[in-house]
Amino acid sequence: MDEQSAAYWKRNVKLVTTLLIIWFVVSYGFGILFVDVMNNIKIAGFELGFWFAQQGSIYVFVALIFVYVSKMNKLDREFDVREDD
Amino acid sequence: MDLTTLTYIVVGLSFALYIGIAIWAKASTTGEFYVAGKGVNPVVNGMATAADWMSAASFISMAGLIAFLGYGGSVYLMGWTGGYCLLAMLLAPYLRKYGKFTVPEFIGDRYYSKTARIVAVICLIFISFTYVAGQMRGVGIVFSRFLEVELLTGLIVGMGIVFVYAVLGGMKGITYTQVAQYCVLIVAYTIPAIFIAFQLTGNPLPQLAFGSTVNGTGDHMLDRLNQIVTELGFLEYTTTSKSTIDIFCITLALMVGTAGLPHVIVRFFTVPKVRDARSSAGWALVFIAILYTTAPAVGAMARLNLTETVQIGAVGDPEGNLKIEDRPDWMTRWEATGLLKFEDKNGDGRIQYYNDANKDFAAKAAEYGWAGNELKVDNDIMVLANPEIAQLPNWVIALVAAGGIAAALSTAAGLLLVISSGISHDLLKGTLTPDMTEGQELMAGRIAAAVAIVIAGYLGYNPPGFVAQVVAFAFGLAAASLFPVIIMGIFSKKVNREGAIAGMLVGLVFTMGYIMSYKGIFIPVLIENVPANWLFGISPEGIGVVGMILNFLVAFGVSKVTAEPPAHIQHLIEDIRVPKGAGSAVDH
Repeated sequence: MDEQSAAYWKRNVKLVTTLLIIWFVVSYGFGILFVDVMNNIKIAGFELGFWFAQQGSIYVFVALIFVYVSKMNKLDREFDVREDD
Repeated sequence: MDLTTLTYIVVGLSFALYIGIAIWAKASTTGEFYVAGKGVNPVVNGMATAADWMSAASFISMAGLIAFLGYGGSVYLMGWTGGYCLLAMLLAPYLRKYGKFTVPEFIGDRYYSKTARIVAVICLIFISFTYVAGQMRGVGIVFSRFLEVELLTGLIVGMGIVFVYAVLGGMKGITYTQVAQYCVLIVAYTIPAIFIAFQLTGNPLPQLAFGSTVNGTGDHMLDRLNQIVTELGFLEYTTTSKSTIDIFCITLALMVGTAGLPHVIVRFFTVPKVRDARSSAGWALVFIAILYTTAPAVGAMARLNLTETVQIGAVGDPEGNLKIEDRPDWMTRWEATGLLKFEDKNGDGRIQYYNDANKDFAAKAAEYGWAGNELKVDNDIMVLANPEIAQLPNWVIALVAAGGIAAALSTAAGLLLVISSGISHDLLKGTLTPDMTEGQELMAGRIAAAVAIVIAGYLGYNPPGFVAQVVAFAFGLAAASLFPVIIMGIFSKKVNREGAIAGMLVGLVFTMGYIMSYKGIFIPVLIENVPANWLFGISPEGIGVVGMILNFLVAFGVSKVTAEPPAHIQHLIEDIRVPKGAGSAVDH
């Protein structure tokens, strides 16, 4: 693999790792492992841990994918590996 | 106009629409049949994926399940959405770049092995058939309940419709019918939810009503629900009796399983570019999230409505329970279907609904003069009876029937297509008869789809005992077999043929063995299915996670002590990691 491609791949893996850490924290962290602690906080009629498990994590999942899409599109241009339009 | 006639008209119109689309989108090449010519717009593909993904279980059963499980139902909500992050970031773009037709084809090429491809096809066929049998059953049930026809008639009509658009149109026909089916099912799901949310809290958005205060009181809905269910001896709504490790593993198995299900993965082969595969996964999740964030609100509102319909006054007050003759019409109507059962055990002429399995509550119940729970409610009623509970007009009820059928048909069609392409493309063209012409392969694909529909219909009519356990099985197997080898195939250059085959087999055998031993599928129950007997406290639903870890460990271990993948495979991996140079697209 040439240097350019290796650098592109490294940046890609780093981005995905960061996003999947957030993915893990909101669902498995807030919604499951620390749900009892989070449930002590109440906002707008919801216990927060319960809200993350049944609502919040899903909204965050959607946001994460679109952040990934936009960052990857930038990365593709930067390394000139974007497909032709 | 009476309800049955109206339902016939609404369902009939939706069928006419699907068939019209099928005729317009007839497939003429194998490329169109397997992957819709790779020319589908990413937003359109997202919508089709959402319909493909959301099955009869999501539409009919999930909200009811959550209503009775409370917080425990979160495993389905997170588990069946979070997998799309894995798809978008770890699988879809690379598989699209690779640019072939099926999942086993990728596995066979990447691991330079026909054996690996055949093992993958076997996993795929097994996963897809268990799943599709449940869908056909769903079609039959909706038909027989709303259109008052025999289950068999309902099944045959459903099979006929799928036959027309899956066999004729292939992936292209399926894609555009799924878009129509998504629109039908999401409208049918959200309209009753909005009305009920408004009636109950004054806030029409179910996602917000969920946390709002109940009309005429200052109580937040969830607080009120927690209070009344605990007074009746049930578990608090926002907690669960399951252990943390089990909740964790079930959620993870469902997420990883989602990302390993072939009929979902293959949808991302249909878009023109790698970047479209990424955004398409995002759009799919947006369309799925509309239903999945509404469902927990529907569940909580339904539970509260049901409980307060029966418990009209203070718990324990002899006047606090609903008189039998005062019960609303929808209860009488659903009694006729057998999904709602009622029996006056203590002969007081009123209905008691409480948790008689709770031993700590038994003394209190005796003190109140209650002789056991008198109301039995099937999970599936919650969504189907919603419009009646909210006293919505008949056309909404008809729409819900059409929505349930749309959800089941769209998923069944997607599954049937991956079964047919697994047989015609991977088994026949790829292995047994490689010198087939394109025309012959296309014909083989159509015949395979037709045969698969008949088998699916048969399984729907005579469900083997394991249909109820389909979820555990299909997801566990996808998580333990296909997902790890695809991921390793992209993210590691070191994992080789021997490693992948050994990993898949170990993951598959371990997971199947575990689920079969506890659930008694194909064989008698070997170990009683109770938490005390589970490995690390993980139930059969969550065991796919352990199978997945074993798959990874075995694959890396075996690859270490056997020869590295050849140079051309390492080049292939480097090539799929960058978007530039993906295969050409065909405009629709």
